[in-house]
Amino acid sequence: MMRTQRTAEVSSPWIDLDLAALSIRTVNQRLHDAPEGRFRIRSPRGAHALAAGLTTPLAVRIEGHVGYYCAGMNQLATVVVAGNASTGLAENMMSGLVHVEGDASQSAGASGCGGLLVIGGNAAARCGISLRGLNIVVKGSVGHMSAFMAQAGNLVVLGDAGDALGDSIYEARLFVRGTVKSLGADCVEKPMTGEHLAGLSRLLEAAGLAGKVEAASFKRYGSARRLYHFHIDNLGSY
Amino acid sequence: MCGIVGLFLKNAALEPQLGHLTGLMLHEMRDRGPDSAGFAVYAAPSPGLTKLCLVARSPLDWAALARRTGVAIGAEIIVETLEDHAIFSTRGDGDAARRFLIDEVREATVLSQGRSIEIYKGVGDPDRISARLGLAQKAGSHAIGHTRMATESAVTIAGSHPFSTGLDTCLVHNGSLSNHNRLRETLVRHGERFQTENDSEVAAAYLAFRMKQGDSLEEALAGALEALDGFYTFVVGTEYGFAVLRDPIACKPAVLAETEDWVAFGSEFRALAPLPGVEHARIWEPAPATVYAWTRAA
Repeated sequence: MMRTQRTAEVSSPWIDLDLAALSIRTVNQRLHDAPEGRFRIRSPRGAHALAAGLTTPLAVRIEGHVGYYCAGMNQLATVVVAGNASTGLAENMMSGLVHVEGDASQSAGASGCGGLLVIGGNAAARCGISLRGLNIVVKGSVGHMSAFMAQAGNLVVLGDAGDALGDSIYEARLFVRGTVKSLGADCVEKPMTGEHLAGLSRLLEAAGLAGKVEAASFKRYGSARRLYHFHIDNLGSY
Repeated sequence: MCGIVGLFLKNAALEPQLGHLTGLMLHEMRDRGPDSAGFAVYAAPSPGLTKLCLVARSPLDWAALARRTGVAIGAEIIVETLEDHAIFSTRGDGDAARRFLIDEVREATVLSQGRSIEIYKGVGDPDRISARLGLAQKAGSHAIGHTRMATESAVTIAGSHPFSTGLDTCLVHNGSLSNHNRLRETLVRHGERFQTENDSEVAAAYLAFRMKQGDSLEEALAGALEALDGFYTFVVGTEYGFAVLRDPIACKPAVLAETEDWVAFGSEFRALAPLPGVEHARIWEPAPATVYAWTRAA
């Protein structure tokens, strides 16, 4: 379930990049040009597309709140945001780790293919929309329409889920510890087997929650598989 | 896409800086709405005076228009001008003045009417509009600003936000409404006056109408959830109040922040970043279909 993470050498010094003095393009170019290393980005002030498109095992720490599409398309890098993230956090992420310590706005992890996204606070609407293999762990709650049309991967929610969780879901796995306001079309509660408990435990451990949160305290939700399979009785509707 | 900012001061010591801070916020939302911009400032009222804020559609003689309006309502009008805007102040019947100006004067648009509210707007780069209309110098208790990227109607001064149809009430909108034509007809039958084809003006008129019927700001917004169909993030100002509402789908972005000194709204966090003390603010995304409202003492 988990992909192996490669992180930067702990011994390498932090390189400071301050957006009070540098443009977003300059900062992103510095990151894109680096094969490895540790970068600390200061004064983000809600800037868009920070640390997007990284393809090397960098460690990036952003000191403050970020704007749209932070760490989008991430490959291999570890990006930590010491603040909140706006719309489209880690969208289309491929691998690596993105960890937002605060809240995330709508569409966090949208279309993500792989890696791990950890959100320390709440995620707003449409978290994990069209999920394609990324694993998302949200320590707070998620808003409405989360995991809409999710195809693969896992969404783990320690808090509650809003309306229409997993609407039109394919094969992603959804784990919610709190309440679910309502389930979307074709999303149903499913039994938690040993395989699911083991997989969930690995995800909780990867998110730093081993020993703090029990996998058995979650309920599992997934596709009833009635919507996306051809059914002869529905022929008239096609 | 549009950009919205709002700043509601709780600490009166910041009131001289209201315009300056609102200008910094609006600057951050320039690229969300580069075609036009506007702002409403709630300034300290002068006892007994009603202010009407006007903008010229074509060159006109404000002093002559003030005299005509004064004759029409049977009261003196004091005129102040700023660029293409004018403020008419009167101790007479403000409703009659607004009615006269909308019905009889093609050369000007009435932007607002009230004891406290002043609305200014323009077409073009938001920063140039702020500078030209002196936003940074304006003092007051709360302000709402908007940068517009037009989708539903023409790029004109009249189509710029904020919209105001009721006393000291204004609304800015990011989104689009789908049932505004029918609702406009209903409101016209109830005596509301419209000056544009804009969907957001209908939302403003709906709230003003509900509050005239006796609703509080919160009740009027709860009614809007039922009456308005479409996408919206609204920020609404009244003489003593400030409110935020998002539609149930909540596609249009919104961030709220609050400290002991102020409440602030931004379409994005960028707009809040210049505010003093933001590093210690409580920051959250307003939930869908939920009314958030603040009131200050009269």
